[in-house]
Amino acid sequence: MSARGDTWLWILQRASALVLAFAVLVHIVTIIYAVRHGLSAAAILLRTAGDPWWLGFYLIFVAAAALHAGIGMRVIMREWTPWRGRSLDFAALLLALGTLAAGWRAALGLFA
Amino acid sequence: MSWRARNHPNFWAFAVHRLSGLLLAIFLPFHFWALGTAITGAARLDAFLAWSEQPLVKLAEVGLVTLLALHLTGGLRLLAIELLAWRDWQKTAVSLSAGVSLAVGLLFLLNIF
Repeated sequence: MSARGDTWLWILQRASALVLAFAVLVHIVTIIYAVRHGLSAAAILLRTAGDPWWLGFYLIFVAAAALHAGIGMRVIMREWTPWRGRSLDFAALLLALGTLAAGWRAALGLFA
Repeated sequence: MSWRARNHPNFWAFAVHRLSGLLLAIFLPFHFWALGTAITGAARLDAFLAWSEQPLVKLAEVGLVTLLALHLTGGLRLLAIELLAWRDWQKTAVSLSAGVSLAVGLLFLLNIF
């Protein structure tokens, strides 16, 4: 990847971090709320199903997390292993897309 | 680099941030996949929730939330260093205290509920 491409990944990593800083706090508060209000399938789905705001929140949260994980893993591989080049870029992209697909599937199942 | 050079708050902040990030990135696809599969039916979700009642699973959950809190606070420290014009000693003091207190606070919340 070019130096320009690396700069963009650096910027994207910080931008996704800003989204995640807010989203992770909301997520942790949600976890605590969910645990206090009963962790049964019926109770969870009753609270979540058909809520467009939570769906939107989690679609954005998952996208930011998938992007952040893909870029972060690419950095770790480059610094800790000899792995470089297009195969690494491709693997990082695959990790990000796989995480995105699995996360959106879960968010759509819960909130759509 | 010798271990003496590494034994410094900024190195440990880096190490914790990297390790927690690595573990979270590995965990995330499994988390999404398990959740996405469990919610295909109320019975499956209840079976999954019953499985998660085991003490070892609960312990792992506390570990995961702690990793998340560590990575969050470590990340806020990084963003502060990179994006704000703070002096070195302030960055270290503020980030360490904020990081430790938030991590402890979250652990406490998880324990009492």
